[in-house]
Amino acid sequence: MRQRRGAAILVWAVLAALALWIVARARYSADLSAFLPQAPTATQRLLVEQLRQGVASRLIIAAIEGADTPTCARLSRSLAARLRADPEFLAVENGDAAAARRDEAFLFAHRYLLSRTVTPQRFSVAGLKEAIGNTIDLLTSPAGVLVKSLVPSDPTGEMLTLLDQLGRNQPPRTQDGVWVSKDGKRALLLVRTRAAGSDTDGQQHAVEALQAAFAAALAARPAPGARLVMSGPGVFAVKARASIKSEVMRLSIVSSVLIVALLLLVYRSLPALLLGLVPVASGALAGIAAVALGFGVVQGVTLGFGVTLIGEGVDYSIYLFIQSQSAWPTIRLGMLTSICGFAVLVASSFPGLAQLGLYSLMGVLAAGLVARFVLPALLPRNFRIRDLTPIGRRAARVLERASAGRAVVVLIAVGAVGVIGIYRGRLWSHDLSALSPVPVAAQNLDAQLRADLGAPDVRYLLVISAPSEQSALQGAEQVGAELDGLVGRHVISGYQSPAQYLPSLAVQRRRQESLPPPAVLRARLTQALSDLPLRADRLGPFLHDVEIARTAPPLTASAIDGTSFAAVADSLLVSDEDGWRALVPLEGAVSHGRTLDIDIGQIRRAVSVGAPDEVTVLDLKNQVDALYSTYLAGAVRLSLVGFVAIVILLLVALRRPTRALQVVLPLALAVLTVTACLRLFGAPLTLLHVVGMLLIVAVGSNYALFFDRRSRDGAAGAGSAGHGGDVPRELTLASLLVANAATVVAFGVLALSAVPVLHDLGETVAPGALLALIYAALLAREPFPASRAKIPG
Amino acid sequence: MRADGKFTRYARWLAGGLAGLLVVSHSPCFAADAQLRQLMSLLGQRQHGEVSFVETDYLAILDRPVKSSGVLVYDAPDRLEKRTLQPKRESLVLQGDELTAQRGHRTYHLQLSAYPQVAPLVDAVRDTLAGNEAGLEKVFQVSLTGPLEDWKLRLVPRDRALARKVSRVEISGARDQIRSVEIRQTDGDHSVMTLAPAAP
Repeated sequence: MRQRRGAAILVWAVLAALALWIVARARYSADLSAFLPQAPTATQRLLVEQLRQGVASRLIIAAIEGADTPTCARLSRSLAARLRADPEFLAVENGDAAAARRDEAFLFAHRYLLSRTVTPQRFSVAGLKEAIGNTIDLLTSPAGVLVKSLVPSDPTGEMLTLLDQLGRNQPPRTQDGVWVSKDGKRALLLVRTRAAGSDTDGQQHAVEALQAAFAAALAARPAPGARLVMSGPGVFAVKARASIKSEVMRLSIVSSVLIVALLLLVYRSLPALLLGLVPVASGALAGIAAVALGFGVVQGVTLGFGVTLIGEGVDYSIYLFIQSQSAWPTIRLGMLTSICGFAVLVASSFPGLAQLGLYSLMGVLAAGLVARFVLPALLPRNFRIRDLTPIGRRAARVLERASAGRAVVVLIAVGAVGVIGIYRGRLWSHDLSALSPVPVAAQNLDAQLRADLGAPDVRYLLVISAPSEQSALQGAEQVGAELDGLVGRHVISGYQSPAQYLPSLAVQRRRQESLPPPAVLRARLTQALSDLPLRADRLGPFLHDVEIARTAPPLTASAIDGTSFAAVADSLLVSDEDGWRALVPLEGAVSHGRTLDIDIGQIRRAVSVGAPDEVTVLDLKNQVDALYSTYLAGAVRLSLVGFVAIVILLLVALRRPTRALQVVLPLALAVLTVTACLRLFGAPLTLLHVVGMLLIVAVGSNYALFFDRRSRDGAAGAGSAGHGGDVPRELTLASLLVANAATVVAFGVLALSAVPVLHDLGETVAPGALLALIYAALLAREPFPASRAKIPG
Repeated sequence: MRADGKFTRYARWLAGGLAGLLVVSHSPCFAADAQLRQLMSLLGQRQHGEVSFVETDYLAILDRPVKSSGVLVYDAPDRLEKRTLQPKRESLVLQGDELTAQRGHRTYHLQLSAYPQVAPLVDAVRDTLAGNEAGLEKVFQVSLTGPLEDWKLRLVPRDRALARKVSRVEISGARDQIRSVEIRQTDGDHSVMTLAPAAP
């Protein structure tokens, strides 16, 4: 016996040390990936890639506010100068004239290679005549003030065409030389980070660098009241991680303290308390180690869910201490039902859920086994805790009086079914943002800054996949030709393409070949200008520039370095092990200051006609919402599977359908009641509510099983919920109360979390577990522990 | 573009709008008093105006002057439309801060306030239309000369960036009719827009 105890402790210690080692070496992350699919389809892969490191993910919008406009503008310039010197940032735009001049100088210098209108027709006599005629029209509109200096070198107006092509929908307002918000109260900066959006460490660096640069700008010339606000996917990720980190820490501490207090109150013994926490701690260790081994990365959210394990794991030692070993068969069955519930989650395509499932499964298993085999070995020989019979007796009396409550339970059940019926079409939320850890206030700030900047969230995106850089660019050019038609028909208001800044070599060559040699051009010009009020001898700079462009080496990526186009082109033309991708973000048509949704069907039809094969049309919002709907449907399906598995397990273990029903009915009612209340008093339900319902069944079955004894008919086999006749029922009831209180506390603390996934789970399971116990007690075939309880004295 | 560095792609629309704004407002009903203040108060009373215009541009780079013509429509307090009919159709509508330009089959929307180098001019013009003398004086030195039968309003930019481009704007009229708007640039180029009541 002693040997066996020693062996159990030894095995436990070795495994615990091993788990500790794994846990210490595991990678922890709190980025988006907990919400992204593991085994995506091709489209989902593109989507995930975009969300993780795409064009939009590297963007930080910064705003300086709280001071007058000239001060904000000065700080904006100072901040931008500092950030431009920092290699952490690919591009910094704040609307300053120097940057605009650099961009314009690049466009002007390369206008004949960049402009779509450079074709052989354009440089024929008729083409020249028309283009120059247009320019003269423009000159005579009093805009001549601003454009006439261009005419001698660009009489065909390529620069204007180019600016039109690249034109933003609504450029931000400029004041005091920098971009400002519409009300002029904020100076705006657009910053692109080198780190991808999914690289939360890198994003955190960038955010801190921004803050430091702003502090330095302030220190150089103080401006009381001025402050920096930031938004963007990376900023969100950093904030979310910080909030998940601090939440997980806070929640763990709060629920640990509460449960320790509860147990101290019950046991009134420090050794009992410490021993009681051994299974929980072992379970948590095993759970994290399993997740680390199974997934490679432990999500912060998983650790948050882990708080729940405290509630479940502590139950085992409570049962053991209060009811002694004789409770083991019931505990075992309860443990198996819990494991059933968690096991189905492992199959979820929602990585956060799969981790939760594995973590809880291993955690519960380890906690149960430790409670069964290790804890007894650790107990001092004459270990005893305070007699809890009085608590159980009081509870029994309350129950007895409440046994008339069955009618109420039936009423509540009917009411709950009615409520769910009323809300049946509006029961679920289909919006992933319901799970977003970003607070609504931050989301609003983001929307506001984007509107100020005229930088709408990238929602529609064409992705062209190709084996090489050149073929990707050519694909983008072909798609662009189709999109131009859609711009003309107002289906979209514009688009961005890497080929706008960096045309493919083939197109550049074609444009160069469109340019006539000097003698030919001069002759054609003379002819074209014969009817126009412009003389060819004024156009010397034009002839010169055309000849330079005609014979210049082709434009390469290095030519756009130093302009703000470099970052854009960089993020629109990416390569990975699968080849190259050109990205073409689309801009919706604007009407009355609102960006309209794009008719995605028209886009698909257009690009399927003239464009290369490998074009995917992505509607990021729809795809993300669709992804979420898949998760939701998956969670509902898994929960049903889990429920069925638990019912089958109970049928097998309890052998009689009536007994299984006796156990399952209160759980089902608890789920119905909680669902109805959550929907009635709250928002549409999310995926985590569904999981919570499964957990109500998985966790609540532990309580319901203890009430099964009255339906027992003799020996019911190994799985039967027999507990020794030597345990007074009052004690059983007392242990259930304590265990339930611990579970409710653990999940109740989760319900206080500001992280929606944790909150949703907590607010479902905490009341559900409590109701499961109450319903099980009320619906027990005989009131528990009934009138036979002896009342001493 | 290299020369002025301040080029913005929509500037041509803005500049086009300017001429229109300067012009459209007032045809009939001038008070007998030639005093600026009284003139302004009269200008401010106008709710609606519609005139036809002929514009002639004299540019050094061109061998001969170039003409265009069309219709101008003004509605108080802040809507102005310049519809060019010859030689090419194009329309320009300024409403509040929003400028909508239509040329060929393309439409452009932009915020006037996003163009600080041109916005003061337009604001000043709007001040004229509204009879806001104080606002006008902020951007231009304003002087009024001549008898009521042949008055001339002369605006010289105070803003240095603007003064680098435009040396002066002259609006002339007789009683309740504006006869012409002339914009003189610092390099000698200029444009003259003459107005007549629109055909009914």
